[in-house]
Amino acid sequence: MTLVVVVVLLAAFVLVVAGTVLIRSRVGTDLEPPAPSRARGATLLPPPEAPPDTQVHPPVAPVEAEGLADSAVTEAEVIEPLPGEPAVVIEPVPPLKPSIRDRLGRARSLLAGYVGSVLSRSSIDDEAWEELEEALIRADVGVGTTGQLLDALHQRVKAESLETPAQLVAGLKAQIKADLAGADRSLALRADTTNVWLFVGVNGVGKTTTIGKVALARRSEGNDVVLAAADTFRAAAAEQLEQWARRVGVDLVRGAEGGDPGSVVFDAVQRAASRGAQLVLADTAGRLHTKVNLMEELKKVRRVAERPPGAVTEVLLVIDATTGQNGLTQAREFAQAVGVTGVVLTKLDGTSKGGIVLAIEADLGVPVKLVGVGETADDLLSFDPEEFVDGLFE
Amino acid sequence: MFESLSDRFEGIFGRLRGRGRLGEAEVDETLREIRVALLEADVNFRVVRGLVGRIRQRCIGLELSKSLTPAQQVIKIVNEELIGVLGGEPLKITYASRPPTVVLLAGLQGAGKTTVAAKLGRWFRQQGRNPLLIGADLQRPAAVDQLRILGQQAGVPVFSEPTDPVAVARAGRAEAERVGRDVVIVDTAGRLTVDDDLMDEVRRISEAVQPTYTFLVLDAMIGQESVAVAEAFHAILELDGVILSKLDGDARGGAALSVKEVLGRPVAFASIGEKLEDFDTFHPDRMASRILGMGDVLTLIEKAESAYDAEVAEKAAAALQEGRFTLEDFLEQMQQIKKMGPLQGIMSMLPGMPKELRNAKIDDAELGRVEAIIRSMTPGERRDPDVINGSRRARIATGSGTSSSEVNALLKQFRELQRQMQAMGLMGAPRRKSNNKKAKRGGRVTPAGTRR
Repeated sequence: MTLVVVVVLLAAFVLVVAGTVLIRSRVGTDLEPPAPSRARGATLLPPPEAPPDTQVHPPVAPVEAEGLADSAVTEAEVIEPLPGEPAVVIEPVPPLKPSIRDRLGRARSLLAGYVGSVLSRSSIDDEAWEELEEALIRADVGVGTTGQLLDALHQRVKAESLETPAQLVAGLKAQIKADLAGADRSLALRADTTNVWLFVGVNGVGKTTTIGKVALARRSEGNDVVLAAADTFRAAAAEQLEQWARRVGVDLVRGAEGGDPGSVVFDAVQRAASRGAQLVLADTAGRLHTKVNLMEELKKVRRVAERPPGAVTEVLLVIDATTGQNGLTQAREFAQAVGVTGVVLTKLDGTSKGGIVLAIEADLGVPVKLVGVGETADDLLSFDPEEFVDGLFE
Repeated sequence: MFESLSDRFEGIFGRLRGRGRLGEAEVDETLREIRVALLEADVNFRVVRGLVGRIRQRCIGLELSKSLTPAQQVIKIVNEELIGVLGGEPLKITYASRPPTVVLLAGLQGAGKTTVAAKLGRWFRQQGRNPLLIGADLQRPAAVDQLRILGQQAGVPVFSEPTDPVAVARAGRAEAERVGRDVVIVDTAGRLTVDDDLMDEVRRISEAVQPTYTFLVLDAMIGQESVAVAEAFHAILELDGVILSKLDGDARGGAALSVKEVLGRPVAFASIGEKLEDFDTFHPDRMASRILGMGDVLTLIEKAESAYDAEVAEKAAAALQEGRFTLEDFLEQMQQIKKMGPLQGIMSMLPGMPKELRNAKIDDAELGRVEAIIRSMTPGERRDPDVINGSRRARIATGSGTSSSEVNALLKQFRELQRQMQAMGLMGAPRRKSNNKKAKRGGRVTPAGTRR
């Protein structure tokens, strides 16, 4: 009896308190102001100036004040490709057009399974719907988004009187493609400034490798590119980017290990501006979005990168295609902190489908701009919704 | 509005008081929510299906608990099941009879193998061993540099040479034997399971070093493909266990459950940060509650079951029996309830809660307001709220920083509560009824000393 009483009291308690609250809100005491609405497709802007720097991981000299006048220009190293070293030969390169399907042939054929079984059904029955649900969830689309997609598909089946499983699958594809259409997937490159493209994300997603690929692609488009090794935390991170710089034939600016990442970006911008290079690609340390001090550090890096003559024209969040539902949380948190303009979806050459980007686009309005499909310099594709959706279901 | 609240109230009590067995409807409803929770935690689709099916069998027909609601009972069983899957025999490192003990690390790109290798190096040193790290990732730029730096930090030497991964591994093992290192940790390049050449390469590395232990390093944020990845590596290498990395994030980590369920191999270690000391043995119970994502409920269940303060609850039970449950008693119980954690969490888990309440933003500041109101009352007022007239109400409102209408609302709700409890038979008939006109003038309702 005692324990029943405990739970009863809890319930009672809650109802009493809740009732009181509801009355109060009815009577019209202060309600919270409604949250600002977010237009679809809009980039989330970073919040106003964050509080003063919090201490960042291992023993680092107290973070410098933001007046970087006599700063680390002298300390920064500029790595140029060594003469005589085989630079990458840039031929007039066709734009990034090889289809995702070509590159992913192997992985995709392994997965013909789920949708294949739907297609082999004789009618749109309960099992067909279950198998579609399974296909979407196994693609990491997530329960919520899957539910929404299938609800809309139910409507479509009624509205268009769809009868066969083939039509059902086609209907679903059409739907997702429609959801993805209309987003601006171009990469911003202003002619009047030194563009900074900041690459951010959690640990191990492929930021550094992606920068190498983007550098090559941009070089072949005729841009003058400088790399900023602003991952000053991870062991040998700058060395890793350095190798990419050599491979691709671009300059690299780095600082001391454990140094201030913002100043590395600043120095890279200075260097780029001084010789008229249009683009700085800035690598940052991988960081879990749950680490408050690291997110503060990232905000600061962005602020510094914004100082004239630099302008941050892209903040690219790199997301690993194998990531599950945490991908949406990552996107939300990074967008909140520094404002994300686009997503790079990496490692799509594996068996994971990267379905989490559907939720990222739908919930946050952040478009996927690039796709990584391997570890070499040319394994980079523009994101094509048609290709991506077809790939989801092959 | 209040009628429907009372109805709900009745529903909750009805379910609690009813004896009998867990019904299918309640079990299915709860299991639906659990299925969603597990999928959102990235537990593999097929694993969820099997698990939920098994749990359903366990639940149907179980006797209703006296202290838990049906939903809570189901959640408790799910938690036990998850711990059962994740737990079992923890992996204990048994060193090779003929040294060195070789540990091979494999996994996808970016999983954290290099960092884990260094952490293992430090860990083995702490166990009193002499480890050697082998940098067999010759694919990723500066991977060996990274390992060298980390090795230095860990106080563990690193061996590598720019030949090929299989040769490096073999040579490294030979070197370990030559110089008397008794543990060898082999870091390898990240590789895709669909890359036949690289999967064959890791098989040849394994043949070259004859590992005592082979661990798959898996990123805690990996989604549905965790099972396919684990199975592919297992087929080639025969894994002894999994090391879960980046657990310091907020990914729920369903992969741990999926892989354990499918492979039967334990999660050997948990990597919980970027520093070398952020390395721990694996805790199945913590992981289970993280995956299930119903931490508040589990805490609630735990506390309800351990009778948070039996004496206080007994007092309330006794009071109820005598037909007495005053604001004074309520205030006393409130102190216990405050100890039970955030109200929002508790509330969302009480079954039968109307949606308006479930979604209403009620935070613990509200408790404070209710408490303030009650505290601003005199003991007499608490014992018999009928004496509270307009001027008393105003006084209480001012004293508690609330409003007359709030005070009124509380009293009204409380009266309703008492009425309901009486109607349910949870509260006996009161010994005295306070109808006395004297009360309205603020006099005592019952002569001092006569109330039990």
